[in-house]
Formats: sequence, C-alpha cells, structure tokens
Amino acid sequence: MLGKLSWQAIPFDQPIPLFAALIVIATVIAVLVVVLVKGWLPYLWREWITSVDHKRIGVMYTLLAMVMLLRGAIDAVMMRSQQTFAFRAPGYLPPEHYDQVFSAHGAIMIFFVGMPFVIGLANFVVPLQLGVRDVAFPTLNSVGFWLTATGALLVNLSLIVGEFARTGWLPFPPLSETTYSPGVGVDYYLWSLEISGVGTLVAGINLVTTILKVRAPGMTYMRMPMFCWTVLASNLLIIAAFPILTATLAMLLLDRYLGFHFFTNEAGGNMMMFMNLIWAWGHPEVYILVLPAFGIFSEVVSTFSGKPLFGYRSMVMATMAICLISFMVWLHHFFTMGAGGDVNAIFGIMSSVIAVPTGVKIYSWLFTMYGGRIRYATPMIWSVAFMITFAIGGLTGVLLAVPPADFVLHNSLFLVAHFHNVIIAAVIFGAFAGYTYWFPKAFGFRLHEGWGRLAAIFWVAGFYVTFVPLYIVGLEGMTRRLQHYDVAAWRPWILIAAAGGVLTAIGIGLQIVQLAVSIRRRDELRDETGDPWDGRSLEWATPSPPPAFNFAVLPNVSGEEPYWGVKQRARDRLKLSEEPEYEAVEMPRNSPTGFVCAFFATLMGFSLIWHIWWLVIAGAVGAYATFVAFAWRDRDEYVIPAETVARIDRANRQAREAALARLRRDQ
Amino acid sequence: MAFAGHPRWLRLAKLKQGPRWRVLERVAAIGALALTLSGCDVAVFDSKGPISEANATILLDSVAIMLAIVIPTIVAIVAFAWWFRASNPRAQYLPRFVYSGRVELVVWSIPVLTILLLGGVIWIGSHELDPARPLASPNKPLPIQVVSLDWKWLFIYPDQKVAAVNQLIAPVGVPLQFSLTSGSVMTVFFVPQLGTMIYTMNGMTTHLNLEADQPGVFFGLAAHFSGDGFSDMNFDVHAVSPAEFSGWAQQAGAAGDVLDAQAYRDLAKQSANVPPKLFRLADENLFQEIATQKIPPGPGPQSGGPNPSVSAH
Repeated sequence: MLGKLSWQAIPFDQPIPLFAALIVIATVIAVLVVVLVKGWLPYLWREWITSVDHKRIGVMYTLLAMVMLLRGAIDAVMMRSQQTFAFRAPGYLPPEHYDQVFSAHGAIMIFFVGMPFVIGLANFVVPLQLGVRDVAFPTLNSVGFWLTATGALLVNLSLIVGEFARTGWLPFPPLSETTYSPGVGVDYYLWSLEISGVGTLVAGINLVTTILKVRAPGMTYMRMPMFCWTVLASNLLIIAAFPILTATLAMLLLDRYLGFHFFTNEAGGNMMMFMNLIWAWGHPEVYILVLPAFGIFSEVVSTFSGKPLFGYRSMVMATMAICLISFMVWLHHFFTMGAGGDVNAIFGIMSSVIAVPTGVKIYSWLFTMYGGRIRYATPMIWSVAFMITFAIGGLTGVLLAVPPADFVLHNSLFLVAHFHNVIIAAVIFGAFAGYTYWFPKAFGFRLHEGWGRLAAIFWVAGFYVTFVPLYIVGLEGMTRRLQHYDVAAWRPWILIAAAGGVLTAIGIGLQIVQLAVSIRRRDELRDETGDPWDGRSLEWATPSPPPAFNFAVLPNVSGEEPYWGVKQRARDRLKLSEEPEYEAVEMPRNSPTGFVCAFFATLMGFSLIWHIWWLVIAGAVGAYATFVAFAWRDRDEYVIPAETVARIDRANRQAREAALARLRRDQ
Repeated sequence: MAFAGHPRWLRLAKLKQGPRWRVLERVAAIGALALTLSGCDVAVFDSKGPISEANATILLDSVAIMLAIVIPTIVAIVAFAWWFRASNPRAQYLPRFVYSGRVELVVWSIPVLTILLLGGVIWIGSHELDPARPLASPNKPLPIQVVSLDWKWLFIYPDQKVAAVNQLIAPVGVPLQFSLTSGSVMTVFFVPQLGTMIYTMNGMTTHLNLEADQPGVFFGLAAHFSGDGFSDMNFDVHAVSPAEFSGWAQQAGAAGDVLDAQAYRDLAKQSANVPPKLFRLADENLFQEIATQKIPPGPGPQSGGPNPSVSAH
C-alpha cells in the first residue's frame, strides 16, 4: 500500500535532522494557524495563490528564493562548523549526514535560490520594462512557479521523511546508481529536479515569447533595457539547456527504476557520458544565473550614475556572445579525465574566450560610472562590491581554464572558492541589488537604507573572510567534501573561513532586520510617485505598486530610455504630458490551475520516490484532469472598466504633479 | 629533463614581454612565497617533482598575465567609483558620454590580447603536460597500476610482483608510469606535491606520468567524492632512493600476503580508514581483469540498509 515508506523513514535515532524537521514542521503549522485564525486564507487564495499576474508571481518566486536561501545558508553553516570541529576528530555530523548536507546545499542554492531569484525578478520587471500589461502566457507562468515550489517542497520533505542524496549536488554515477546509493536520497533529488525542471522550462518559454512577441509599440530590440536583453539570453539558454538536464536525469531514473544501463559500471554503461551531459547543461546554467544579474547591474549602475549605459551595443553583443559560447566550454569541468592535449587545449581556450565579452561588460559598467554622478544607495553598493569581487573571480576562473593549472586545482577548495566567488559576487549580490532596487516598485515603499548598507558590508566582508582562506587551502591540496581531515596546515585557514561564515550569517540576519524595520516604518519610506531612484526605464513610469494592468495606456516608445525622455520633457516644461484617453482594459482571469497541478505533481513525485504506484497513477490523472479542465475553460479574461483605470492613473498623476510642483518651488 | 625549471617555450615568451612582465610574475611569485613562508607548506608550490614544478610555473605565469589586466581594472573601478561620487563637486558630470569608438576598441582589444597570449600558454601547456605523455628521462620508467576501491587505494607493481594498500613507494628520479582504474565508483588520484591528478573509472584505464625528484613523504588523497568513507581515502607517498626501493620490493614480496582474485574481492568490500598493507602479487593480470571488468566491480553497501558501516576514527 505505501511502497517503501515505513516508520523507519523518519530519523527518530538522529537528533539533528529530527530537531531540524520538528522546527520546520512547527514553523509551517504556526504559519498555517496564523493564516487561518486571521482569516487571511481567502485573500491569499484570491490574490496570490491563484494569481496569474506576472508581478505577483515574480514576488512569490523571489520569496521562495529567499526562504530557500535561509535553508541553504543553514547547510553552509553546518558544513563550515563541521570542518571546524573535524580536525583529527569526527566532528558532530557523521559522513552519511554530512554528505546530505553538502549535496542539499549545492542543489538548493542553484535550483531553488539562484533560479527562482533571477526568474522572479525577470517575471516582475520584464513586462514593466517592455511597457506591456502581462507576459505571453500568464497561466503557464503560474504553473511554472508552482512546479518550482513543488521541487523545493520535495527537497525539504527529504529532511523529515527518508534522506536526501549523498552524492554531491550533481549525482555522478556510478555512485548515484542503485548499487552504491540504494536509499531514496538520489530519488528525492531526481524527482524534485525533474518536476521543477519542467517549471523552469515553461518559465523560459514564457519569458522568451514575451520578449520576442509582446512589447510596447515602438519598443524595438535595440531600444530594450539591458535587463531585458540579458533575460532573453538567459531564457534562450534555459530553453536550450534544461531539456538536456531533464533527459540526463531521466536516463539516470531509468537506470535506477527499470534497470537500464546508461551510466552503470556494467553492461556497457558509461559514466563519462553523464559527466558530459550534465555539464552540457551545467555550464550554460552558470550563465542562465549570471546573465540576468549582469542585467540588474547594468540597470543599477546606469540609474545611480545618472547616465545611460555606456556602450549599449557592445553590451548587447557581449551578452549574446556569452549566450553562444557558454555552450562550447563544458569539458573544462573535467580536464582531469584524461581527454588528451588537443581536446583539453581547445576547451581551455574556448573557456578563456568567454572572459572577453565578460571583460567588456566590466568596462561598460566602469565607463558608465565615468562622468557620472554616483549616488551610493544600497543597490549601487552591491554593484561596486560585485565589480571588484567579480574581477578576482574571473581571474581564478580563467586560471582554472588553463588545463595544467586545473590539473592541480580541480575539485579542490580553490575551485569551491572560485565558483562561490562568481556566484555570490554576481548572482547573489545581483539578486540583492535587484531586490533592493525593485522592492519599492513591488510594495510601494523603499527598504531601509542603513540596515541595507550594513548588511551589504557584512556580506562582502563575510565573502572575503570565508573564501580567500578556501582559495589558499585549495592551493595546499585540500579537496572538497571532506567530512574530516588530518593535515595540520589546512587547519588555520578552515578556522578563518568559519569566522567568515559567521560574518555572512550576520549579514543575512541584518537583511531580515532590514525587512522587518522597513515594513514597520513603511509610511516614512513610502514611494509616492512611483519613481524613487530617478529611474530611466519604463517600470518607473508606473505607480508603486503598479496596478494589475501596469500601464493605463500603453506607452509609445520613440527611443532608448523612453521614460527618461518623458521625464526630462516634464521637467523642462515643469508639467506632465496631457492626460490620455482612458479605455477599458482586458486582463487574464485568475486560475488555480498552477496550484492544483503542482499539488498533484507533489503527490506524484512523493509516491514515485517511495514506490507507491497507485498514488502515482492518481497524481498523474489529477494533473492531467486539471490541464484538461483549464483547456476547456469558457472565460479567460475580465474587464477593468475605463473609470477604474482613470481613477488609478489620475491618483498617480497627482503624485507626480506634486513632485513637479516641489521642483518648481525649488527653482 | 623536459620539465626541469622553466620550459623553454615559457622562457621565450617571457623574453618578449620585457620588464613589466617580470614585475607581475614577481608579484605572483611573491604572493606564493608569502603563503609558503606564512608557516605552512603550500603543497601546489612545494614541488617535489618536475610535473608539479611545471604545473606551478604555468599557474603562476597565467596569474601574472591576468594580473596585468585585473589590477588596473580594479584600481580603475575603485578610482571611478570614488571620484565620480555625487558629493564630489570637482568631478565632471558627463551625462552624454555613452559611446566612444576609441574606448570600445580598447575594451575589446585588451581582453582579446590577454586571451590570445593565454591561449598560447593553454595550447602548449595542454600538450606538454598531457598526463598520458611519457617523461623524458635516462632512467627506465617504473609501471605502477592503481585501483581505487571503496575506500582505499591499491597500488600494484607488476614488474616487482608486489602490491600495497594505501601506501605508495616510489624511487626518486625514476619516471612513474601510472595506469589507473577503479574497482567501484569514480574518483581521482592526486598527490599535490607531485602534480597532475587524474580520474579513475571502472571499466576504463587512464594514464598518468609523474616523478619524484627528491626523497620524502608526500600526502596523497582521493580528490573526487566517492561515498561515505571518502574522507579517509588517503595515502602516503614515500619517495626513496632506487636502492631502497628494490630492497623494499624484495621484502614486500617475501613478507606480504598473497593478492589473487579472491583476496582482491575481500579487499573490494566497503571499508574505510584501512591501514597500509603489503601483498605479494599472485595474479599478474589482476589489473587488466579489474579494468576490463572480468572481475566485477565492488559490491557497494552490503547490508542493504541505508547506512554502510563507516569507521570515522
């Protein structure tokens, strides 16, 4: 009846996971109780869970990323502290638990922090920047989000029921085959990523279609803000790369469930094929994460320097070049497999070639600052910290692309330090810059500056104090994923790295304080006009938060930085443009399709992991029935009457008039 | 010897670079030296063999090439970020400075030139230091067969007909010709002070050539996660004089247990933190039989339960 599931799956004998599980369950129950008691459920259901509004979905993606960041950070703290105690001692985490911790840390940070953060920001911002009212496929968008949430839920469920993969964040066979990993850990990993991978793919299709087909009149490709370009490049990569991941993991699933031999030791299986396939996805994945972050930095640096982006065309070219080259470098992840001089040399050179467009980007931001009037609000602090830190990460990255150097650095903590250097400096700092930058747009009030700056300082310090020692200890030959070690020379560096972990944890704590303080003082931090940073692209033309329809009247774009142009005209004439003629707006209706689909997908994933076959069938039928019910819907849009549109827009025009009046007074 | 000191091609490359180059290389070398002097041996720069030395040279040279561009860039970022702050009345505001052909030319060509130079280093380095390439030496190379097991290393000396677990004895000055395979999952063979690491995979043989050029005891490890006992999958390399090596081989052949297919099967069962042990090699084709899977790969966790027994000290 329940397949492999029994009471033994609950870790009663292991205090740490049991305790963690109890805390998670208690938190979830507490949240549910508060929601029910306060009567928020109907509101949440109506306005958020079933919402197909790209802004709401974007916010939910970002929230998911931030919650999962906490989980991933706890894993990181456990790893750093384990290595602190495990010098000539077993430490406090036994190998079978420590192995799950580092596997979960990597998988969560990439798939459930990095991905939802960039997709969430893209979802929120791209339609606003393109001057349109929604994405191309609003309900599909909701399905994509909820499937991603399903993956995250399954990963966290493994904490309580069963175990997570003990194979590293990429489950390399033959270790991940049933012979060497008979438990359910690898299955949790595989089904989580199969389900969330579908979510990511539909998000990619949706965003690419939106950028290619749904733009405001006059918004030609070469007038799009840089963030839209980078999101386009990133999502093209999603469409090209994520099917590879899904297929590769499906092959491993066939090995594990039906006795196939794609990657096994026996019967002609080839583990090197998994290495090639997973990195054929894995390296583009790095750029899927980092390109939108580059876009965020482009927006932020330009806005806070008070200048358009320097070398826009170069930036576009560099972005698309990275998009293309990122598919030709995957072999640098295993130079040490003995492929031979020619193969290693070609992939080494291709890998360093990617540094050219990336370098060009750094110079573009540099010359955007040149001649600017730089205001150091929190997003700009993240950006400058990124530029300096990323230059170092780029150096060590190109160094790892030199095969003879990689021959002594591969898999070492030097490598670990390198990819944290680029992912933290670019993706995480970028996500935080974007979060601070667009937060007022989403919620109508700014985040508190003081706490934000302090958090940034702790994060940056925490990064250097953690990862510079790991670079050094990597040069001392320390490999990654060691549960304990005996080499005395490594010890001091590991201790310093632990201190860095503490600094970063304080940084995260300060961000939580920042959010709490900002919500409490939201009235002083209110953004009345919708343009808190003196922005340049179209999202700042809308009120904060924007109404469901974004723009009362679709903007007519006649050049780069259309909003800056309109604003300058208003400032010159000290008066807004004429009030437009308002018309009724049709918007897509909310739909529970995504949530219900994800509910059934969760059932299906869970029962596949535990071999509960009847529930697998029930889940599949349920998900399919949901899709059919959605496909046969009669009404898919509702109308917002012209008066409502006018009322909302006039309120915002009033606020902007008031701002202009202040400007008049000052002159 | 091909790799003694700087390879010839690197010397040539450096001559063309002039004094600035040397300064940067010195910066990189001083950085490495500072690390070494700070109380701990930085294994990657503490070379005990020609391959490791060549790896370290290429590593430092590549860092030097890149520092030439990265240091000015970081300085410029800090300088521009500071000078053009909004509160600086002396900074010029140039809101229309959004394109400059000359700047574009420079920002594309500097990275291109750097990568061109580095591309040369990569191309030549990848070939010169290909792990499978035999070392030039007046001495006859010593073949060593390596089998990674869950979770220990088996080193077979086919010519001496001996084998050792978790202990590698190597004669100084003799090229070590490694053939490697895995008896279970994939992992990596790595001795930081001797240089280049290489994967071991079941059903396949990889090749690696190393040499120790001074006696000593060097730390060796598995450098790719391979399961719960991974952290204990270490071994010591004892680099000894060729005479001592022959003496050791004779002793080991006389004293050790017999290593045949049955003894190997016992060895292949999962166990961690295994003390060094010597064997007399009874089956000359043992390595080939493992590499070609005539002997099946290790069984994985035996009990069927989720946690194989692991002795964490």
